[in-house]
Amino acid sequence: MTSAPDAPEQGFRLSQLIYDTRYRSLTIQAIVFILVMGGAAWLVDNVIQNLNDLGKDFNFSFLGQRAGYDIGNAIIPYNNDMSHGRALLVGLINTLWVSFLGCVAATIIGIFVGVLRLSKNWLVARLMTVYVEVFRNIPVLLWILVAIALLTDVAPSPNAYKVNQQTGEAQASMLLDSVAFTNRYTAIPSVHFDRSLGSLDTALAPISLNFLALVIVLIASIWVNKRMLTHAAKVQESTGVRPTMWWKSALVLIAPVVILAIALGINPEEPQIKGFNFTGGTNVSNSFVALWLGLSLYTAAFIAEIVRAGILAISKGQTEAAFALGLRANRTMSLVILPQALRVIIPPLISQYLNLTKNSSLAIAVGYLELRGTLGGITLNQTGRELEAITLMMLIYLAISLSISGVMNVYNNRVKLKER
Amino acid sequence: MKKSVFFGALTAATLTAGLAGAATLDDVKSRGELICGVNTGLVGFAAPDANGNWSGFDVAVCQAVAAAVLGDPSKVKYVPTSGQTRFTALGSGEVDLLARNTTWTFSRDTDLKLQFTATNYYDGQGFMVRKDSGVTSAKELDGASICIQTGTTTELNLADYFKANNMSYQPITVDSNAEGEQQFLAGACDAYTTDASGLAATRAAFANPSDYVILPEIISKEPLAPAVRQGDDQWTDIVRWTVFALIGAEEYGVTSANIDELAKGTDNPEVNRLLGTEGDLGAMIGLDKDWAVKAIKANGNYGEIFAATIGEQTPIGLARGLNAQWTQGGLMYAPPFR
Repeated sequence: MTSAPDAPEQGFRLSQLIYDTRYRSLTIQAIVFILVMGGAAWLVDNVIQNLNDLGKDFNFSFLGQRAGYDIGNAIIPYNNDMSHGRALLVGLINTLWVSFLGCVAATIIGIFVGVLRLSKNWLVARLMTVYVEVFRNIPVLLWILVAIALLTDVAPSPNAYKVNQQTGEAQASMLLDSVAFTNRYTAIPSVHFDRSLGSLDTALAPISLNFLALVIVLIASIWVNKRMLTHAAKVQESTGVRPTMWWKSALVLIAPVVILAIALGINPEEPQIKGFNFTGGTNVSNSFVALWLGLSLYTAAFIAEIVRAGILAISKGQTEAAFALGLRANRTMSLVILPQALRVIIPPLISQYLNLTKNSSLAIAVGYLELRGTLGGITLNQTGRELEAITLMMLIYLAISLSISGVMNVYNNRVKLKER
Repeated sequence: MKKSVFFGALTAATLTAGLAGAATLDDVKSRGELICGVNTGLVGFAAPDANGNWSGFDVAVCQAVAAAVLGDPSKVKYVPTSGQTRFTALGSGEVDLLARNTTWTFSRDTDLKLQFTATNYYDGQGFMVRKDSGVTSAKELDGASICIQTGTTTELNLADYFKANNMSYQPITVDSNAEGEQQFLAGACDAYTTDASGLAATRAAFANPSDYVILPEIISKEPLAPAVRQGDDQWTDIVRWTVFALIGAEEYGVTSANIDELAKGTDNPEVNRLLGTEGDLGAMIGLDKDWAVKAIKANGNYGEIFAATIGEQTPIGLARGLNAQWTQGGLMYAPPFR
């Protein structure tokens, strides 16, 4: 009796690792893995060896030392007696702040431009095309530099706002007596409360209880408003008539906050020119504005294309169906098209947010001190800890990026098509 | 897998740091060229002209060392470095010598593993303001916006000075002298601060230098010295004693005009030892007998270099001050050539 040839009796032979398709892919993977690990080990060993040769060690104790330098645009309290670690934190928060505002602005501009680019109005559509092509095809660094150059060269120096003793008038006057554009910063009024509830000291920054109270009241108002809308929907379902809600919503949302703010004695503290600079209000530095503008206008061009692609991905039948139901064009867009387009839009949008956040490290070009400027710039320089500072910076950017994509993925899971 | 790729990239990025060869002299000789880290452009100290030829006070040090080692002052490759990149450039071996108005400090000497050779300019940090601002003293700068180069000692001095005088200021961080100049001229800062010599050099390049004043306060000590990597004593000695040779030459009256004459032999044994007609000092640092002659011939002695690049006859117009010879009441003092 002849046995089938596909049931060999002999044992495993080494040549099978190469010639047997069952094992070949495993062999290749193992070899590549060993090569990659070997390469990595060689690189790490090389670094350790060279550090030894230079007599340098690898430690992060410099983060606890006194920083000794000042940061022009710190959001959390900082002075030069604090540690390099604190300076890192100041930089990190500046990075997050400009990235957050950049993402918000880029999204808003991007959606507008993307929708308008599909407009039937020839002029509007072409203008948006020009916007997208111009911003998308010039490096973001140049846009940031253009923005800072414009801000620096066009606006007058704070000196121009000083009242001349002889003539009794100033060269430049403030917008509505409260906003001053200068070649260093824009001075805007800050919020001031006559009655303070005190402040909560946290490790990061003291939080004003007034502010906290306003936020809590606002959240409570939103919650109440949501309940009211649910109730209205119920009434509509049972009776077919939806009660008029807009003024009730407006009352619930706005009134409590305004009443509390007035009770606390809210008033704007207007900037005053004093000596060399404006004091009293808040000075928003030009470097920040330039960075923010450059990043958001540039990224908005990409987001516009993503939005356009998302809208075009929705079949025309949807629009026609909505029109057939009597929906107007703008309601069709907001109620029918955009919610469906979001599914297509969100995944590439995440990568645009990541790009914007990483591009914020270009702040070094305009002297806005974010993470790259503090940890990767001054701290690195003053302590000479290149390897530690760069490693730490890479890990922090990695963590920020992973967090953004994590949060956005949660959102994506909520809007994506539920397949059952 | 992902992890190892990450670490691989990380190490590859830092690989270039720390390939410090031990024998810089051999490297320079076999290369036939000295690689010198200089300022990105500070008139009088180191700046390229329209044809790309570098000149200046710091450049003269590079040329003197190149002449002493290679016999030709033109065999120098200049690498412009910013305040931020200079130490990495030196530490990684990208440059053999850093002659870039760099302040000698304790932590740079020890922690950054640098070796400062010999102070060739005693400087101090000052402030420059617009004349029409009416400011006459640094004490009046409370609340001012101040342009400052990042990665420098001036950054820390500024913070200390304002703290000590209980004043506040708004730092405007710039990356290079050129950017600082531009911001200051545009009025984005009320004052520009850096080493007083740098201020004078910067002001000299302005369209209307007389519209700007340098305030009288000098808020720090800034001994500027060419630096080399730690761990190569022979190379340190070569650079150090080349600088001293230039300083000593001025003291002994050796100039580019009379050096050929003096190199034939003089009555002064110290000059003879310096110029290699007596003894063999050159061999002790691995160079030719006439190393100092070549170094001095490159651009003249210390005084000549000073006068030609940043002295009172130049647009920069710096007085010798602390940088006069010790015999003239200054601090320039070369140890004996013996």
